[in-house]
Amino acid sequence: MNAREAGPERRQDRRQDTRPGTRTDPRPDTRGPGAAPGEPVVLARDVRMGYGGVQVLNGVDFTVAPGEVSCVIGPSGSGKSTFLRCLNGLEPVLGGSLRVLGEEVGHTLRDGRYHPWTPKHFAAFRRNIGMVFQRFNLFAHQSALDNVACGPVHVLGLAPAKAREQAMEQLERVGLAAHAHKRPHQLSGGQQQRVAIARALAMNPALMLFDEPTSALDPELVDEVLEVMRGLAADGMTMVVVTHEIGFAGEVGDWLAFFADGVVVEHGRPAELLADPRHERTRAFLSSVRAGKTPA
Amino acid sequence: MTVRTEPIPGATGTSVPVARAARWGRWLAGAIALLVAGWLAYLVVDNPNLHWDQVAGYLFDPRILDGVWVTIEISVLATALGLVLGVAIAVLRLSQNPVLSGLATLYIWFFRGTPVLVQLIFWYNLAFLFPELVLKIPFTAIGLKWDTNQVMTGFTSAMLGLGLNLAAYFAETVRAGIQAVDRGQTEAAYALGMTPAKRMRVIVLPQALRIIIPPTGNEFISMLKTTSLVYVVAGHDLMTNASQIYKTNNLIMELLIVASLWYMLMTAVATFLQGRLERRFGSEAVRLVRSGGLSARLLPKAAA
Repeated sequence: MNAREAGPERRQDRRQDTRPGTRTDPRPDTRGPGAAPGEPVVLARDVRMGYGGVQVLNGVDFTVAPGEVSCVIGPSGSGKSTFLRCLNGLEPVLGGSLRVLGEEVGHTLRDGRYHPWTPKHFAAFRRNIGMVFQRFNLFAHQSALDNVACGPVHVLGLAPAKAREQAMEQLERVGLAAHAHKRPHQLSGGQQQRVAIARALAMNPALMLFDEPTSALDPELVDEVLEVMRGLAADGMTMVVVTHEIGFAGEVGDWLAFFADGVVVEHGRPAELLADPRHERTRAFLSSVRAGKTPA
Repeated sequence: MTVRTEPIPGATGTSVPVARAARWGRWLAGAIALLVAGWLAYLVVDNPNLHWDQVAGYLFDPRILDGVWVTIEISVLATALGLVLGVAIAVLRLSQNPVLSGLATLYIWFFRGTPVLVQLIFWYNLAFLFPELVLKIPFTAIGLKWDTNQVMTGFTSAMLGLGLNLAAYFAETVRAGIQAVDRGQTEAAYALGMTPAKRMRVIVLPQALRIIIPPTGNEFISMLKTTSLVYVVAGHDLMTNASQIYKTNNLIMELLIVASLWYMLMTAVATFLQGRLERRFGSEAVRLVRSGGLSARLLPKAAA
């Protein structure tokens, strides 16, 4: 995505046009300590990954600039979720270079060699990256409030009372303050996913990853989750969203990438890519999604 | 089984009563079973060689009551030791470190592979290997020293033997519990920035323990009766004391009945408590295991 320089400016313009009253000041630079000035939040070059003789990623090139929303679509098995999980180190990168928040994910350069990260380094790295899962993955033994306060208390070392106070603010932000003391199983799928988003936001991340956040939801619950994500995008959050919601990608995404067979087949502005896909595979995928079939 | 008793409306507007099904086979099988069981009970109860008055006399004998108390003590302490140690061994067993997980596997193999009886006698006779137990700072004279025979009484060797043995079995239960916790919980914990140890302590173990709690009742009930093996090391538990009485007066059957009645009472109480434990944690355990699975997708609809 070599036109990334144009991203934030264009984004600011659009916010002023479409959402009067929302914030228009530039987002503070939160790219992390290792980032060179002007370095993108995500910079993937020829990223490769596989296991058990199956190649999952075959050389992914991908860039995300601060404040941008990048959406990723593609058939299942195309490697889009695996790539997302590489971004916060849940899956290992086995070839190429993946720089996120100014660090080469999984390795640190020292004395002319790259040394593998310790679990502690992975943990510290992931504090700045929020992740939202397809199946919510809320901590089943904790209330919604404790789920949101969990990271600040156990990872950042915040006092529990203070963390719960802030957690309540996050729950209000996703419209669930009234459900703060319910356990995950007492909430609908849409509510669970909104709690999961609040849980990720409580860590004040510089980057948010969404792994098909609405795929496990009943159709009538999809909109409440997308609405929260729209709000996040409007606030200038840097987001990578793997999704099947073509409409959402077209409306909120600054960029859209189409994955197939472990590579980015096509990327560009959502409006252009959705209206006039250049590759046959993209065309076939889009028409099957629009026909309402499960993308395969 | 629900059986219809309400009359069925007939064609002419009258209601026709429903007859009860005759189940001759069921009556016959029940009668035969009752007859056999009653005959066996009669043989024991009416046995002229069995002195029921002696059973009643010894039922509340101070030595028997002491034994009951010691049995409860050993059971509770050994179970507590086994549960704590079992969790630790399970965590080691699942460690990425091959040495730690190998040693945990070895522990489980050793303690499951040798009879409890052998282990009890081993601990009781530890003095043959180590006449003194010494706890001191290396290369100094500062420390503590005990005579092994004074430490390894019947009671402590019983507690150690039964506790270490239970730990081996319980470690496998805990491991299954840990592995039953949804993989997504671990991923969410890592994504929040937790280290593997913190993930285990804050997220996985609290959920695994809720899954494990119901079966621990079973372990305790089993332990209540395994303590009877302690009589080989003279642990002064119920069975030891009962055997010491019958060795002097030869009322073997009577004292076995006394001991059995007490074991059955203790088991009944433990079963009652286990039932409450399962009601408290059982339904939650099912939810935890399947979180993110089919039930989690169905439940929200029911709750909404």
